[in-house]
Amino acid sequence: MDDLIADFVAECREMLEALGGEIVAWEAEPDDRARLDSIFRFVHTVKGNCGFFEFPRLEALSHAAEDALADVRAGRRHPDGALVSAVLAIIDRIGEMVASIEAGEDMPAGDDSALIQALEPGAEGAAQPAVTAVAEAGGKSAAAPRTIRLSVELLDRVMSTVSDMVLARNELARRLRESANDVPVDGAFERLSSIIAEMRDAITRTRMQRIENLFVGLPRMVRDLSAELGKQILVDIEGGDVELDREMIEMIRDPLTHIIRNSIDHGIENPLERLTAGKREIGILSVVARQSGNQILIDIHDDGRGIDGGRLVEKAISAGIVDKADAAQLTPREQLALIFEAGLSTAKEVTSISGRGVGMDVVRSNIERIGGIVEVDSKLGEGTRMTLRVPLTLTIIPALTVSIAGQHFAIPRSAIEEIVRANGESVTLEHLGGAGVATIRGRRVPEVSLAAILGLDSEVDEQDRTLIVLRPAGGDVYALSVDRIHDHEELVVKPAAPAVMATGLYAGTTLADDGSPILLFDPAGLAEVGGVKLETLERSARIVQGESESVSKATAVLLFRGLDGGRRALSLAVVDRIEEVAVSAVNKAAGQLRVQIGEAILPLAGASAESLGDGKVRVFRLNDGQHEMGYAFAEVLDFASIDNEIIHAEFPGEISGVSLINGEPAELVDPHWLFSNHVGGAARCKEQLVCLIPCWDPWMQNMLRPLVEAAGYRVVDDADDEMPDIVVATVGEALPEDATERTIWLRSEPEPKNKKDQSIYRYDRAGLLTALKSAGAGGAK
Amino acid sequence: MSELLLIVMIAGERVALPSTAVESVVELDTLIPVPRAAPHVAGLSALRSRVLTVIDCMRSLELGETDCSDGIREAAVVELDGHHYALIVDLVEDVVESLSEPTPVRAAMGPGWERASIGMVETETGPLLLVDVAALIAGCEAKAAA
Repeated sequence: MDDLIADFVAECREMLEALGGEIVAWEAEPDDRARLDSIFRFVHTVKGNCGFFEFPRLEALSHAAEDALADVRAGRRHPDGALVSAVLAIIDRIGEMVASIEAGEDMPAGDDSALIQALEPGAEGAAQPAVTAVAEAGGKSAAAPRTIRLSVELLDRVMSTVSDMVLARNELARRLRESANDVPVDGAFERLSSIIAEMRDAITRTRMQRIENLFVGLPRMVRDLSAELGKQILVDIEGGDVELDREMIEMIRDPLTHIIRNSIDHGIENPLERLTAGKREIGILSVVARQSGNQILIDIHDDGRGIDGGRLVEKAISAGIVDKADAAQLTPREQLALIFEAGLSTAKEVTSISGRGVGMDVVRSNIERIGGIVEVDSKLGEGTRMTLRVPLTLTIIPALTVSIAGQHFAIPRSAIEEIVRANGESVTLEHLGGAGVATIRGRRVPEVSLAAILGLDSEVDEQDRTLIVLRPAGGDVYALSVDRIHDHEELVVKPAAPAVMATGLYAGTTLADDGSPILLFDPAGLAEVGGVKLETLERSARIVQGESESVSKATAVLLFRGLDGGRRALSLAVVDRIEEVAVSAVNKAAGQLRVQIGEAILPLAGASAESLGDGKVRVFRLNDGQHEMGYAFAEVLDFASIDNEIIHAEFPGEISGVSLINGEPAELVDPHWLFSNHVGGAARCKEQLVCLIPCWDPWMQNMLRPLVEAAGYRVVDDADDEMPDIVVATVGEALPEDATERTIWLRSEPEPKNKKDQSIYRYDRAGLLTALKSAGAGGAK
Repeated sequence: MSELLLIVMIAGERVALPSTAVESVVELDTLIPVPRAAPHVAGLSALRSRVLTVIDCMRSLELGETDCSDGIREAAVVELDGHHYALIVDLVEDVVESLSEPTPVRAAMGPGWERASIGMVETETGPLLLVDVAALIAGCEAKAAA
């Protein structure tokens, strides 16, 4: 509301300033029609606005002036001097009141009837303006923030100049790096850099607007629509103070309006239906905006009848959008997503408000055009939730730079779901009829090679590339193989020339820090040019996914703080236990740090001789199934699981990547690297041993499997023909005859049934590992 | 009406570009290819922190391909619809004044020239073909599509 009043005040002041000259001219020449009209327009505007704001005095004044002027305009009255001065007195009074509103004061008490009376035909002279508290307001108004109005074009020009300046600075930085170091020059440049950064911040903020500007019109719209449809709707708006790029606000205005219209028209039932359905007769529509990272989320939730996924599917079949076989396999979410297909609407009848079936597809394409996503979630009979996710701004995009055949490209981060190595553990890459299919943790994802799309020759072997799993705005994933991943950068993106855009591959161009141009990919365009049939593949892939979903994506890790203070995570499966040893037990021997724990001397990582200090040091005892080693650390922070995307390090090392764990970045320690570097050649697996684990047992698959894998085994199940080196089975279970020798029996009770029982309690981790180790040692011979 | 013309050499032929369209003449050193773009788009380059789309005029005129392997190329920088382009030419010669309005060339020219030229203008150094910058940038494929 405050913003609205500020707008109103600004508008009034603007008109008053413009009127300044007109009033004087009108006084000299009361017959001048054009001047009369502009004065009339002013009082009319004031009257209209203050009715809305409840400023009764302003309203009465402007109303009276409007009446008198209307008479003059209609020729019923001749503008004599008395009338002119009466009108002028009123305009002055309006000016005073506006000033006091601007200063944030209460409307001063006072009587305007004298002024109004002066307007009456034949009134004697203009009443003296009543002296009120307003007169003193002058001093105070200076306290209000000073504002000026600027044209948006000017702001845009400043913004783009600042972007250019940033790029120019980057280029200068590069040249400075190349030339000889001159400390004073560097210092001056640093200062310039920080000023430019500050300026860019400030300018970016001028483009930001509170999303409230978008929301203010909603209550009125909801009121009008619900009255028209005979519904009762309470609208609840939250998060108006979220700031968003001005341009972005304009871009989401129409989609948002459309979604709300839909909710009111099709979602929320009329009072009678609601009562029958056991709901309150007043429907609730809530619109909530919030910022999440560099995205803005806008939730539009109604408690109406919800979307009938089944009916959508029927419609989609009859409209030929999906065929019957596919339709049967759609998940509920996919059924709902059909609402975004062109030519579908569940509304039984078309109304004037919404629903000609040309709605949601337009909404989706509009949102996607600005790099956003629309999601729908609905429960039949309970309501519908639509979520718009849009980037904060259009011009600065967080992106990942990758390279192929030596050339760099950028991929918008918003589209990246995860990054995996093509030769990673849970990834296999196959070619079916020339088409690439990547299986990532049991999920089949179409794979395209960036080199193939671009027609470039990559010198990196297919198995050594990195796969970037992309989810373009459309919502279907595919994997893109690139040579190498470089950096995460915030790029100032500019549209590319039409000849470049015509390829359909690129979303724009930008300059890297080294001053060379980089092309930013459009993930959806890449998929299209790469020939990925997103929709069909994705749907059929889901079935595979469904079966293997029990293999959880999350990896359990131990979160700890290293001796150097770094926040790190280590896969829980490789940590045997935690030991506390005296620093004196750590020695540099045979070329590396080693720690003595009990009878064993283990290689020690995570520490240098200097960083240990004195006293005691805590050490993780790591076990790869054959060898043990230590890893020194300062403190254990938490147990956690990695369910965020892992950003892999560019080169192999102790840290394999970083990921957000419990909301903060943590470095992931690569146990494989640790063992291969610290234990040396001996640790390198001769040949991976094969362990059979029944595939039907979820406990085995979820709990045991990672342990067995960490112990250095490759896990197979009954379906594979391979001859296992070792078999894990639960007591009482039938086994293939030839496997009895190398079987580890597990029991679910802690205590053995009798003395002969050789089985191991299934949570006896140490026992299990020992069994696996000794079996492995036997099997390897 | 006299207009200033920039005389450049494209595919061994001296032609004129309207100098009002040309912002500057530069030497390009870096050239980042744009995979999958139309063949006459030689790549991207950067000039004073701006991205230039580099157009190979020879390709655009269907006269073969400019050899970019030796590194530095001369190019005329033009702006069209808010985008900056660098037109690779063999050589930038001079600026002259036009002595006539462009008049149609009635003899048959190569298809590329036919498409990209506005007409013939008289100058002190003899008649020159006046080339349409927009047509050079559009290239031969746009024509085919239209």
